[in-house]
Amino acid sequence: MKKVQFKSNYSQYFFLAPQLLILLIFLYWPIIQTFKDAFTMQDAFGFGSQFAGFDNFLFIFSDPSYFTAFKFTIIYSFVITFITGSIGLLLAVQANKVMHGKSTYKTLLIWPYAIAPAVVGVMANYFFSERYGLLHHLFNNLWGFNWYENVFDAYIYVIIAGSWKQISANFIFFLAGLQAIQKTVIEASIIDCKSNIRRFWTITFPLLMPTTFFLIIINITYAFFDTFGIIDTTTIGAPGSETKTLVYKAYIDGFKGLDLGSAGAQSIMMMIIVLVITIFQFRYIEGKIHYN
Amino acid sequence: MTKYISSTINHFILSIGLLIMVVPIWIIFASSTHSSLFINTNGLQFFLGDNFIDNYSRVLFKQSGFFNEITALKMFLNSFVMATGIATLSVITSLMAAYGLVYFKVKYATFIFWLIFITLLVPLELRIMPSYIVMSKLNLVNTFAGLILPISASAIATFFFRQFYKSIPDELLEAAKLDGTNSWSFFIDFLIPLSKTMIAAVFIFMFVFGYNQYLWPLIMTTSEQYWTVVMGLKTMYGSISDRFAFVIMSMIPPVIIIIFLQKLFIQGIFQNK
Repeated sequence: MKKVQFKSNYSQYFFLAPQLLILLIFLYWPIIQTFKDAFTMQDAFGFGSQFAGFDNFLFIFSDPSYFTAFKFTIIYSFVITFITGSIGLLLAVQANKVMHGKSTYKTLLIWPYAIAPAVVGVMANYFFSERYGLLHHLFNNLWGFNWYENVFDAYIYVIIAGSWKQISANFIFFLAGLQAIQKTVIEASIIDCKSNIRRFWTITFPLLMPTTFFLIIINITYAFFDTFGIIDTTTIGAPGSETKTLVYKAYIDGFKGLDLGSAGAQSIMMMIIVLVITIFQFRYIEGKIHYN
Repeated sequence: MTKYISSTINHFILSIGLLIMVVPIWIIFASSTHSSLFINTNGLQFFLGDNFIDNYSRVLFKQSGFFNEITALKMFLNSFVMATGIATLSVITSLMAAYGLVYFKVKYATFIFWLIFITLLVPLELRIMPSYIVMSKLNLVNTFAGLILPISASAIATFFFRQFYKSIPDELLEAAKLDGTNSWSFFIDFLIPLSKTMIAAVFIFMFVFGYNQYLWPLIMTTSEQYWTVVMGLKTMYGSISDRFAFVIMSMIPPVIIIIFLQKLFIQGIFQNK
């Protein structure tokens, strides 16, 4: 890593040992167990199990509810990424411009970032409850809102609940990205281009590309994994399985349904998805986008 | 004149943003200061009521849960122990591991590097069921160790520290070596003081991350004695205003941390980008 390094026979292992030990016991052991589960079939009573090859994988691919979860997860991450990214960017650009009250805006816009997804879900629950819910009443008056029967309405529910806090994260990173752009670049661009809007799309936005791509990954990961707490406190996957994310479905099948084989296979499918996203991130983003 | 108009537009858009981010919490807060009876007949409230002290003290000190074995205060204590444990453990182990990776010649360095960083691909949610089985084999269900260890098994912090170490000029080590500094004192006397901001940022990040855990405590705690705040929200039964008050209280610790330490936090993140 470094050109100058310490030469030692054992010190490095002393420094590496604590983390490696924790990772081996609490991460690798469960992962190996996951792979074992994915390739074994347990009988219904949990008495015996046998090697099953790819049967568990074939089973989830033939299961329509897996594709429902897949479809929902893709839509969910796309919509959340788009909504939170664009609102976050819009607010960050404004907050970067104003002279007065900048830090007040910043503080008040940042703090929902710290709230746990599960807490956000519980809050959303109140706003969408038939009895107290303001948003429920509003949407109900507009088009007859009924999230536990209508898929579209359930989507609106979990999308609003899922997006809200993530706006803050996007705002923080976009604002920091904007502030990192050098003043001289902005000043020079003001001389060349009078139109504010055109200047933003031709100069500022391209300079923000690294931040944007970073946030796309962050938002996708958020929609995949962190929204568990939101789904579990809002729709619980209703109507039917329409709003189950892949992670939520794996949890329900494994923990509630006790189908370890299927849950293991689902986990491995998700690892592959994460792997693909990560490779994409390293290859495409870290490789191609350099403006500094 | 155009400048004035455009700044008005800026403030207008920002105010709408503020409304979206602040009003939901305000409504829950205002509702939490009314009696349940009032909420049940009149719905969510925008203005403050006069049951603030009643509701909040009742929630903090009342026994709740299925077996009435835990108070909200105890849940806060549990969450605090869990979050501090996670933050401390991951800062220490990651700081050390990153040091070992960057500043030493390590046999099988690439292998160890991958062994550590491939774990970033496997968040806890993906190995939840087998993790539970492993923890019960180790007899760690219903213990703080069980709540803390699997969540500290993360390479995120190691990644941050490694990036940071790599940005430190080689001359520092050369100079230290000329002075006869050994690896241990270089770590303690040079690197740790240099990484203060990073350590603080990672600690805050991991603390909030640990405090906000939901699924893992839900699975790992069958005894109410170990319930944490965020998971307790779903399992706690009480009147509607009690639940509002609990929601508001549950967000106070991480929000305070982020508000007061936002500068540090953002600085820490951006040393790495």
